[in-house]
Amino acid sequence: MSSTTLLFLLLTLSVIGYFLGRQRAYAVASNVSGIRDLHSRPTYYGALVAIWCGIPALLLFGFWLAFEDSVIIHITIGSLPAELRDLPDDRLNLFINNIKNLVSGNIVSGKVSPEMQAAAEHYRNLKSISSAALAVIALSFTIAAIAVVRSKIRSTLRARNQVERAIKYILIACSTIAIFTTIGIVLSVLYEAIRFFQVIPVTEFLFGLEWSPQMAIREDQVGSSGAFGAVPVLVGTALISVIAMAVAVPVGLMSAIYLSEYANKRFRAVAKPLIEILAGIPTVVYGFFAALAVAPFVRDAGSLLGLDVSSESALAAGLVMGIMIIPFVSSLSDDFINAVPQALRDGAYSLGATQSETIKQVILPAALPGIVGGVLLAVSRAIGETMIVVMAAGLSANLTLNPLKTVTTVTVQIVTLLVGDQEFDSPKTLAAFALGLLLFVVTLLLNVIALRVVRKYREQYE
Amino acid sequence: MNNTDTDIFTLNKAPKRTLDIVNQSLARRYRAERRFRRYGLGAIILSLCFLSILFISIISNGHTAFQQTFIQLDIFFDPEILNREALATANYSGLIQKSLRSVFPEVKSRSDKRLLYGLVSSGASFQLRDLVLRDPKIIGKSRTVWVPAGDDVDMLVKGQSERNAPEGERRLKDKQLMWIDRLSHEGNIQKRFNKTFFTAGDSREPEQAGIWGAVVGSFLTLVVTLVLSFPMGVAAAIYLEEFAPKNRWTDLIEININNLAAVPSIVFGLLGLAVFLNFFGLPRSAPVVGGLVLTLMTLPTIIIASRSALKAVPPSIREAALGVGASKMQMVAHHVLPLALPGMLTGTIIGMARALGETAPLLMIGMVAFIVDIPGSFTDPATALPVQVYLWADSPERAFVEKTSAAIIMLLGFLITMNAAAVILRKRFERRW
Repeated sequence: MSSTTLLFLLLTLSVIGYFLGRQRAYAVASNVSGIRDLHSRPTYYGALVAIWCGIPALLLFGFWLAFEDSVIIHITIGSLPAELRDLPDDRLNLFINNIKNLVSGNIVSGKVSPEMQAAAEHYRNLKSISSAALAVIALSFTIAAIAVVRSKIRSTLRARNQVERAIKYILIACSTIAIFTTIGIVLSVLYEAIRFFQVIPVTEFLFGLEWSPQMAIREDQVGSSGAFGAVPVLVGTALISVIAMAVAVPVGLMSAIYLSEYANKRFRAVAKPLIEILAGIPTVVYGFFAALAVAPFVRDAGSLLGLDVSSESALAAGLVMGIMIIPFVSSLSDDFINAVPQALRDGAYSLGATQSETIKQVILPAALPGIVGGVLLAVSRAIGETMIVVMAAGLSANLTLNPLKTVTTVTVQIVTLLVGDQEFDSPKTLAAFALGLLLFVVTLLLNVIALRVVRKYREQYE
Repeated sequence: MNNTDTDIFTLNKAPKRTLDIVNQSLARRYRAERRFRRYGLGAIILSLCFLSILFISIISNGHTAFQQTFIQLDIFFDPEILNREALATANYSGLIQKSLRSVFPEVKSRSDKRLLYGLVSSGASFQLRDLVLRDPKIIGKSRTVWVPAGDDVDMLVKGQSERNAPEGERRLKDKQLMWIDRLSHEGNIQKRFNKTFFTAGDSREPEQAGIWGAVVGSFLTLVVTLVLSFPMGVAAAIYLEEFAPKNRWTDLIEININNLAAVPSIVFGLLGLAVFLNFFGLPRSAPVVGGLVLTLMTLPTIIIASRSALKAVPPSIREAALGVGASKMQMVAHHVLPLALPGMLTGTIIGMARALGETAPLLMIGMVAFIVDIPGSFTDPATALPVQVYLWADSPERAFVEKTSAAIIMLLGFLITMNAAAVILRKRFERRW
């Protein structure tokens, strides 16, 4: 039985359980003096049955699917002949992949040996046994649950309280997903990063001045020995982010000021959503725009001025990233400027200040903490932005502060190291996770600081 | 006091009043005021300029992709070539080559012939095969068929490749240009609506590439995302807003949600790679994994939006429900939730729109593979619309530039529709208490 059919069956059974439970409650009620004597309304009895038959079976279903594959692989490996079992890890993985391909009818790399055929047969058997077992266990549990819970329905059964408690636990479980996600991110990134740091020392990674992650495949290969100094990558990221902020902060801040202080209602109603469209455009579109229009434009403009601009210059990527961040800066600043109490403005006007003087000397200082928080959030977005730099910035890690040269960023390196074939025992792949850890930690710090500043600021005027 | 003030003072010899000082500087201050105002307006105009340049460059590059160049050929369905037993694998390109040779009988040399055959797309033979398979009676007869032209011809007819460049710098040789001119002179070259673009999957040949595979992949991914993230997000929001006690634990959850909303999307991709693919062994490139990753990514957005929707429901509603004897759960389910639902849905649609445009995490879990088939289920290898844009943007062929732009137009079309739906929903159900 395929897992989709099983899932569908389980859900149907739960629905049937609901109706059976409700019907039973009506039957119980007619034995005593009507529905009034039931503890809860009949639907709660139905829901109780449905919860008992649905949720445990679904949990079992989820766990089974999650661990089925690894368990079966383990058993399959155990049944292999000894000389195959003792293969080094990478060869063994290749062998297992081939078995899987054989089972699903894909193309197998290399020749199909009889052992492989046998193992594939074994794997297929185990798989069908496993799915049959899952179906039998889940379905029999569901049916038993319907029978048991239904027989327990009495007029005194506190069904509503039980159902509500169950729902509350579900709500709690859902709200903890955020925590599990964070833990998942930290653990997954940290685990691979630690494996990376066992090969490459942390100090070399953080302070090394050369980044060329290509490792030699053969011993005698020339040149690429692999260097994992992250400084050029970090400098590249910082350079592009600085260019982006140099575009986004002035433009975003000035448009926020104009929109909230000068513009009339009609202008605001048109311009604000238009600027916010910029925020809704997918970053891959910006990336394409940068590579197609902005980078050639920057290069041509540079050669007109007699400058040697690389066609994947940091300037082009940073410029487009800045455009992307404008609405982010502008809408946050807009919020904070609007939060400044009118009394401060009126005070400044009554002293004879012009509008721009009021803004520059009263409103901006008052809103400054909030704006700084917003800018920090924007910086963290710029650092973590991926598609624009993947498509418009380069791959070569140059240690330079010249915006006309090609630089690379953390996210670009993660993408290039992880897209395509991966071997999880080579420092090349693991380096991506080390960079990911760095990225996560830096953006997390920025976010925590920014959110704290913003929250403090909000409280100030509330 | 600066110099001008003292000069004026010495000239007039009159006692100086504050008003005079103010009037003195007034012109300068007003100038500053106007300048500042112009800066603000300039900033807005600049951002709108960026927006319009972006749209203009995408649309001007992409609108041509909705049409495609076709060449009319008289094809004789030769019974000698079309063996009735093996119709599916017969040599259909041979038919096309024969027909081309009959149009241009003067082409003799082998290299010239190859150039001639290059005018027609390699996908044309599939078109003929479909014709024959649908109606085998056609064998032995002659038919006039419009077959798609190769991408270089397509670019030339659309005026996107330079015709007057020296021969070495363009993809089409002089002879080919001559043939094309003759064909179009005789009315045998035409631009028609590009159906392939909307029905086909990816392809290495630009004229055969379509976005349907990517659209289906995006759709499947979004279905998984929606089915998981909406109930979970709403449930989490309800717990945090209505039930949670104010303590360290809920503070921790709240900080986590706010931080996750600002974590770079590529980090979620790393999580998906390490946990879903490597630990749980889920299939690579599958919409179900993409959906899971995007769920984790959009959950914070949905939770935050749903919480503010719940906050907007006035406490009097809650008190009234509790007052007539509803339990807390009944109060939420029967009264608070229905009132907050439009706001929650708006937040969800916006979260879905973000998920639709997201590329980076999908790259990490292998949804960048070159996939020709249209995915049929949640575990089939698939790609997504923004990833397709990324893949095509990387392709060197000139013809893929217009395909990329056209795919972007489609993507933006979907996003605008979703956001418009969110705005309409908000306008229609917005309630001021």
